[in-house]
Amino acid sequence: MIDGKKYLTNSIKSLPPSGIRRFFDLASHMEGVISLGVGEPDFVTPWHIREACFYSLEKGYTMYTANAGMIELREEIARYMHGWQNLSYDPETEILVTVGVSEAIDLAFRVLLEPGDEVLIPEPSYVSYVPGTIVAGGTPVILDTREEDEFRLTRDELARKITPRSKVLLLTYPNNPTGGIMGRDHLLDLVDIIVANDLIVISDEIYGELTYEGKHVSIATLPGMKERTIVMNGFSKAFAMTGWRVGYACGNRDIIGAMTKLHQYTILCAPIMSQMAAIEALRHGEAEMRRMVEDYDYRRRLILKGLKEIGLPSFEPRGAFYVFPSISVTGMSSMEFSEKLLQEEKVAVVPGNAFGRSGEGFIRCCYASSVDHIEQALERIGAFIARHRV
Amino acid sequence: MSLVRRILELLERDARHTSQQIAAMLGEDENRVAAEIARLEKDKIILGRTTIINWEKAGDDGVTAMVEVKVTPEREVGFDAIANRICRFPEVRAVYLMSGSYDLAVVVHGKDLKDISTFISQKLATMDQVQSTTTHFVLKRYKQDGFIFDDKEMDRRLVVSP
Ligand SMILES: Cc1ncc(COP(=O)(O)O)c(C=O)c1O
Repeated sequence: MIDGKKYLTNSIKSLPPSGIRRFFDLASHMEGVISLGVGEPDFVTPWHIREACFYSLEKGYTMYTANAGMIELREEIARYMHGWQNLSYDPETEILVTVGVSEAIDLAFRVLLEPGDEVLIPEPSYVSYVPGTIVAGGTPVILDTREEDEFRLTRDELARKITPRSKVLLLTYPNNPTGGIMGRDHLLDLVDIIVANDLIVISDEIYGELTYEGKHVSIATLPGMKERTIVMNGFSKAFAMTGWRVGYACGNRDIIGAMTKLHQYTILCAPIMSQMAAIEALRHGEAEMRRMVEDYDYRRRLILKGLKEIGLPSFEPRGAFYVFPSISVTGMSSMEFSEKLLQEEKVAVVPGNAFGRSGEGFIRCCYASSVDHIEQALERIGAFIARHRV
Repeated sequence: MSLVRRILELLERDARHTSQQIAAMLGEDENRVAAEIARLEKDKIILGRTTIINWEKAGDDGVTAMVEVKVTPEREVGFDAIANRICRFPEVRAVYLMSGSYDLAVVVHGKDLKDISTFISQKLATMDQVQSTTTHFVLKRYKQDGFIFDDKEMDRRLVVSP
């Protein structure tokens, strides 16, 4: 057999293996594991959305759609973005329907980055930004965020890491894995630096609707920011539609146009059944979505209190469905903690360093799980902490 | 939404929730939640707490019927007096006043068909105000109080994902 590796590009070979992968292999071979390690809703997609998909299949909607996505869906997205953030996008030219936010991120990197262009990526953050940058030929520049700032990107850190090659700033708030958010004032603090350095912002707002005690603010709503921000959003989290693989990007028509061109050659279009379901979600899904968000909020408070009681306090996360407590009381590394916890107590969490070096010393606990599971997990983690506290 | 409403909704979804849990979930003081629940019970807003059971699966072959009852309303008390009298029978699980072609919907539970027909012919149909009854036996239950009996949905997520 030939050695397949010798044909691979250097950039793909240089990508580090996913920190989650190894942990997944470990956890998935165990019986009786309670998992706080997932990154998706515990709800199944609301029935009316599933039903709309069946109905569209019955009517024979099984073909390709316009490359940028069905115009009906882009119109719904425009209406939604206007209602939600008071942002106006032209459905014809400023909105692209993608195969999840995942694809939108990849497309944006590939149309924006020349070799040597730097992408500023605050960490800890979702795992695909660094690899996406590298594969597109860009250079990732990591911005560290800290627990004492509730993992917000600070003006100082941004200013410190900017170089003449800085081109893109990535923002993910509400954040995976920390649950941290950035309110209007915190975002506003960054705007003049972004504008002065002519940065394009890729704003992954997939958790935007999952904001508690307040409303999400898109950075695109701030003065001068709409034209240089590509807002990415999707259906995965807010509407519990991870498996449908549908999301979208909104922004400057030249950039969206370029992304659409690339999308046309690589993907052609997002699956029509998912687009039909997405239309239903935007037209009639608000009530169910609100109900789910409220339910996450209940569990957010429950787990936060529980973690505090067992000696793993965390700042109060105001978004997404994660808590990111420090494990410093045990003196263990994130990986060591997570592996031992899995082996000794059969609770899966995700080691914080899987999301970047500034996640070291933390674990990500997802509370999109039943109250019973959360309480059992807390009990087991509590026993673990009691044994391993230093 | 008011605190009381939230408490009620949480308890309706899962009666096992303790006031401690509810307080944590709502970010409220535990004593206050416990006091609200006690008041709701005292005021009979919370009537009781039960468990939803799939009796068939538990091996019980009892029978349930929905009985449409036409009654003659009485002066002063309308349908209430007769409805309350029907409620008193332990065989009767639920009683609703309905709009439309009959007046009371009465859910009756018994060990077998005979048990139910005896109850209807001897107790229910013989009451003075009852004009007629039409009995429909339940053949299969699919959903009750928000719970699907043979629910194929379960947590199918991968144990760890980004
Ligand atoms: C921050 C963030 N962005 C994007 C994604 C991927 O979203 P999609 O399902 O739309 O591809 C995830 C999934 O976990 C995420 O956490």
